[in-house]
Amino acid sequence: MSGFLHCLSVEPLITLHDVAVAYGDQPVLRNIDMTVNRGEVVALRGPNGAGKSTLLRVFATLLRPAGGTGHVLGAELGTSSAEAVRPRIGLVAHQPALYSDLTLLENLELIADLAPAVAISPSKALELVGLAAASQRRVSESSQGMVRRADLARLLVTEPELLLLDEPHSGLDQAALGLVDNLVRRCIGRSGAVVVVSHLTHLGVAERSVTIDGGTVAA
Amino acid sequence: MSFWRHALRISARDLRIEGRTFEAIGITLPFGLVALFLAPLALPADADLLADVGPGMFWIVTVLFGMFVTFRQSVAETTAQREAIRLLGVDPAARFTGRVAASTLLLLGFEALLAPATVVLYAPGPIPAWGWLVPIAILAAAGLALLGTLVVDVTAGLRARMSLAPLLVAPLAAPLLVPAARAVDALRRGDGIVGPALVMTASVLALAIVGVLTAHPLQESST
Repeated sequence: MSGFLHCLSVEPLITLHDVAVAYGDQPVLRNIDMTVNRGEVVALRGPNGAGKSTLLRVFATLLRPAGGTGHVLGAELGTSSAEAVRPRIGLVAHQPALYSDLTLLENLELIADLAPAVAISPSKALELVGLAAASQRRVSESSQGMVRRADLARLLVTEPELLLLDEPHSGLDQAALGLVDNLVRRCIGRSGAVVVVSHLTHLGVAERSVTIDGGTVAA
Repeated sequence: MSFWRHALRISARDLRIEGRTFEAIGITLPFGLVALFLAPLALPADADLLADVGPGMFWIVTVLFGMFVTFRQSVAETTAQREAIRLLGVDPAARFTGRVAASTLLLLGFEALLAPATVVLYAPGPIPAWGWLVPIAILAAAGLALLGTLVVDVTAGLRARMSLAPLLVAPLAAPLLVPAARAVDALRRGDGIVGPALVMTASVLALAIVGVLTAHPLQESST
């Protein structure tokens, strides 16, 4: 119990020191030093292939650094403790994590059934992203924007402390752009932190911008 | 407790998707039936010979085409979906178990649909204690599901996984294929099947242990 409380009180949520990542022999990230504090919204920017999505997956504990050290939610990267904090992390990647032959509601129900804790019901989450009427529609029969909304709704179901969003505005129409802001604000309201990869020059919710170029922090 | 709940949920997901798309069985079964139909054309027109090779052909087709039922997972599940499940903290062994359970049921369906065609085409004759075919079919389906799922996990992330996976499964399925064929032969002759059944049970147990123990390291090394 004390360990759990310790994790909750850890500041900052992410720290990386001299982290390097390689795919085989190909270095993708190097000399990454970065800190993300609780309550902070960080925008990751940079050209295509700079390593932004890879860095997001390091934050998500899904990618083990080849060098350097790092902590996410108080757990050291590359250890079993990092796996233990995964349910407190939410990731929206380029590709939606929804099964195309399940309905939007069935996808969220699957998440709710597998998650250790559920913040709001799948149907409520779909309602919040404006998809209540389309809940019985299969993902394969939904538009790209609807799929993106439902993918964001996953995070409403589990309400993770650390939100990692990779181009979350992609595929969303003007009316739906506010959904991302709402998601970010909910997370910050819970004293969480958000890292957003975005090519948008104006990201209203971001407080700090970090540029990744050539696999390292440029600014 | 959550282990079995998660395994059941993963299994239900796979079965629901297959129930809607009918991809694994719907595509594999016709090819299996064609193979069963073509094989007698390459053999002499001898009814006794056909009756003798029929059960063997059934198991060969089950292994060669049935393994693609288990491979559907590597195509059907994207990296984003796998990572979303990982981030929920689902035990990799529970995920493995659930996928194996779904594949076992699908392979049993595959066997059940293939068996009547084998009887019609090869006329293997009456099998006195035919009830023993049921546990043999279950063991073969479970073993092949375990093997296929394990190979999918071992080859995950490899560019050549779709060509490599069948090459790995086919020879490794011998401890299932050979005793299954011998068991059916023994039943046709009215003999016991203790030996083949024990070999199949041991193979299934060994694959289950290896699959469960390697689920976590394979998941963590797949990225």
